[in-house]
Amino acid sequence: MVPSTNDSQSMNWHRSEASRWLDKGFIGVTGFFGIAVALVLLAIALRVSIDAFPAIQKFGLGFITTSRWNPVENLYGAWPQVYGTIVTSFIALLIAVPIGVGVALFLSEDFLSPRIQRPIVFLVELLAAIPSVVFGLWGIFVLIPLLTPIGKWFHETLGWIPLFNTVPVGPGIYVAGLVLSIMILPIIAAISRDALVAVPLELRQAAYGLGATRWETIFQVILPAAFSGIVGGVMLALGRAMGETMAVTMVIGNANVASPSILAQGSTVSSLLANQFAEASGLQISSLMYAALILFGLTLIVNILAELLVRSVRLKL
Amino acid sequence: MTSQEFASNVLPRRSLKRVPSSPRTLFSAVMTVVAFACAAIALIPLISVLYYVIINGAGRLGPDLFTQLPPPPLVKGGGFGNAILGTLLTVGMAAAISIPFGVLAAIFLSEFARDTVVADWIDFFTNVLSGVPSIVVGVFAYALVVVTTGTFSAFAGGVALAVLMLPTIVRTAAESLESVPNETRQAAIGLGATRFQTTIQVVLPAAIPAIVTGVMLAISRAAGETAPLIFTALFSQYWAKGVWEPIASLSVLVFNFATVPYKNQQQLAWAGALVLVGMVLITSILSRWATQRKR
Repeated sequence: MVPSTNDSQSMNWHRSEASRWLDKGFIGVTGFFGIAVALVLLAIALRVSIDAFPAIQKFGLGFITTSRWNPVENLYGAWPQVYGTIVTSFIALLIAVPIGVGVALFLSEDFLSPRIQRPIVFLVELLAAIPSVVFGLWGIFVLIPLLTPIGKWFHETLGWIPLFNTVPVGPGIYVAGLVLSIMILPIIAAISRDALVAVPLELRQAAYGLGATRWETIFQVILPAAFSGIVGGVMLALGRAMGETMAVTMVIGNANVASPSILAQGSTVSSLLANQFAEASGLQISSLMYAALILFGLTLIVNILAELLVRSVRLKL
Repeated sequence: MTSQEFASNVLPRRSLKRVPSSPRTLFSAVMTVVAFACAAIALIPLISVLYYVIINGAGRLGPDLFTQLPPPPLVKGGGFGNAILGTLLTVGMAAAISIPFGVLAAIFLSEFARDTVVADWIDFFTNVLSGVPSIVVGVFAYALVVVTTGTFSAFAGGVALAVLMLPTIVRTAAESLESVPNETRQAAIGLGATRFQTTIQVVLPAAIPAIVTGVMLAISRAAGETAPLIFTALFSQYWAKGVWEPIASLSVLVFNFATVPYKNQQQLAWAGALVLVGMVLITSILSRWATQRKR
């Protein structure tokens, strides 16, 4: 620091008042927008809750357990939709988790040279970028004609099991589950791969040094070490599956029933919203908002858990 | 007992050679095949989707597609010029809202609040926001804009897409800004620049290419979004008249025309899907090329 004895010289050492205020103002403005991003989430929760309030007041928690959707008498309950959301997401996870983790292992181990591996990573990423509505279109015209005979076979040979006791007519819960599994597969693969790659090399070397084969190492060392990251990825995928709308709406059949058979038609909370929102009014709107709030709450819990898990992995690195 | 005796007496059959028929080796080989199969299974849907979109959509590609209005049922020809214009308009509005919003928030996260508790919380909320289902965002935009203004509108659709784009833009912009080396900032400060000057004239320009990549990805995702538009922007058979009117969009057109029994409209749905997939493909490849070139 140069001691300022001369007034005219000290001017050069200090910023002008205006530039100091500009700095402060700039930091303030960016801070405002930064905090506003976080507030958007709260705004969504608040706004949807307020608009759902009339329906919450009228139907209470019974909204989740009753299955009626009657705009004439203004009585609403969303059990078939909540059920459909849970069942389709469950089917999707059942298919996508083993395959997704398999893909992640395939892309994190050194089976292939990086020159072949990298394009495959890109292709899997691309699968995540395809718009939902395109999967729906593909589902209607390609997947449903392909799956209906298979569904019929299941019904004929295993029809005594409640799971297959309805005749497949094209769209159905099982088609929606399969389309969802395709859509969440890239998420599981990408996040599991990150978790697997993050496992310290020393662990692998130690296992090999003790004489373990490649897959003994994977099952007993690598997968346990990456477990919380993989679970985080699966949770994120679950959140995505529960909220996915267009593809599901186009292939699930949109029937207002909760059937134990996966070959039956059904609906999810998001398909209910997609089908009814534009033409609804009054208490029906409020009930749809209530359904949206339930979906929001479910995905929020799942996403927060996923975020905490993925974070704990990142902190370990 | 010497070690050689030990080896020959106590471990007579244990050799260090790899036995291809031992259960352990076989298990490993089988699992390797399973992993290859998983990768193959994962790629089948992608290939199938691309194949059918090209086969069914390419037949309709032509100037009519981009200049004509969607045909009524049982009428031949037509296109989706209004839907392309509508998608450009809604996504344009969404970008105009979310890019300044997101980049300013990212500047705060990266330049002024890095490694603080506040930044950590904002980061957390941003990630959770990106997991909110797009249909719920649509419901929010409906409550916020459609109910307030009393009409379905292109603007409402733009707001919904802006909320969806925001987390992607904040995250990619913050990452790009953080990857600008600290020496650059120190050099600027050392030359007497204020923090405002450092950020706007030095750090931001250095991060712009990476930010543009992130923004492009966010835009291509938003253009394919359907759920938040079906009850905010709705749809329209005609050319856009303004931002306060319902407006057509390519994604909603694909949805509407996929579920009708008319051949001509179904073909248009496939052509629309081809345009959407083509756009996503091009932006993905471009952004990948851009990030690779940087390395």
